[in-house]
Amino acid sequence: MKMFSALVMLALTALAVPASARDITAGDLVISNPWTRVTPPGAKVAGGFLTITNNGKEADRLIGGSAVISHRLEVHEMSMEGGIMKMQEVAGGLEIKPGATVVLKPGSYHVMFLDLKASPVEGTPITGTLKFEKAGEVTIAYDVAPLGAKSSEAGHEGMQHEMKSGADGNMKKMHGGQHGHH
Amino acid sequence: MATTETFRKVRLVLWGAVAAVALAGGALLLGEAQRAQQAGSNLPAAATIGAPFTLTRSDGTRFDSQSLAGKPYAIFFGFTNCPDICPTTLLEMSNHLKQLGANADKLNVLFISVDPSRDTPEHLKLYLSAFDDRIIGLTGTTDEVAAVAKSYRIVYEKVPSKDGSDYTMNHTASVYLMNANGRLVSTLSFQEPEETRQRKIDNLVAG
Repeated sequence: MKMFSALVMLALTALAVPASARDITAGDLVISNPWTRVTPPGAKVAGGFLTITNNGKEADRLIGGSAVISHRLEVHEMSMEGGIMKMQEVAGGLEIKPGATVVLKPGSYHVMFLDLKASPVEGTPITGTLKFEKAGEVTIAYDVAPLGAKSSEAGHEGMQHEMKSGADGNMKKMHGGQHGHH
Repeated sequence: MATTETFRKVRLVLWGAVAAVALAGGALLLGEAQRAQQAGSNLPAAATIGAPFTLTRSDGTRFDSQSLAGKPYAIFFGFTNCPDICPTTLLEMSNHLKQLGANADKLNVLFISVDPSRDTPEHLKLYLSAFDDRIIGLTGTTDEVAAVAKSYRIVYEKVPSKDGSDYTMNHTASVYLMNANGRLVSTLSFQEPEETRQRKIDNLVAG
């Protein structure tokens, strides 16, 4: 009997696991797929990307946070206006309306790691926190995609493409560059 | 009384002059746009983009734009404290050069910093070591960079952080494709598919 209830418990626990085991729940918010990418050597900034869904009935705001690789973190928006790339801090934080999903991605909203103290290394997750107005502080870990990756997935495709087109030692150099940083 | 009348007349004449100048300017711009369109391009005054310049290469030597003569080139502006578009564009240009294979030596690729106070030649060299080493990294004095940017109609500005201790930059993000005669023939945008960009580069190199 004990065995049976243990099995039931186990089954229930398995069911309770969210769609992606990597999703992070904070109050009414679900944060998924946090990722960043390798930076060129000597870079002092990097962008962090993630998806935030608000399952609650009230709006929340991403107002800041921290990451182990940088001295500061800000919530930024990149936009294109007539061929001009514009970068600015999102005034008052990034709003996530009730029922809405906001995607932070290259060329758009992102968290900006400012004044890097370490360079992201491919395959080594970067821990950090995100601060929300209502949900409070949440600990997350960003996956690290290759240099210039356009998504956490495309990064791997880009890699294969690179290999197929005959990497002439350039890839090796990219990785090598990491060690060359300070 | 007469003086007031005279003033009124003078004012009228002056306003007339303003209107005439505005009209002439408008017509000029319109003509320019039309000419560009006839040339199969929606780029205004394509021919007047760019002017001779000298800047400092990432290896510390001086670079004279005269050395570009007779070969097409791709030119774009950015800065190393740029988290997204600059490293992405540099990586894309590295990939394009690789795709060109043996034809890569028929094209010069130039990356010019719009943040010369932070992007010293040494820093630029370190940063560019992650990319194809055929990309020519250039920086200079604030005035030198401003002059080159102006001639290529590049817009850039510092955006100070909230506490004023730091800044990021807004800048024109397009890659300009210039033919062997130094004329603008096309632009690349990071928003278009890689194949489109590669085709434009292939066309440029094929002359």
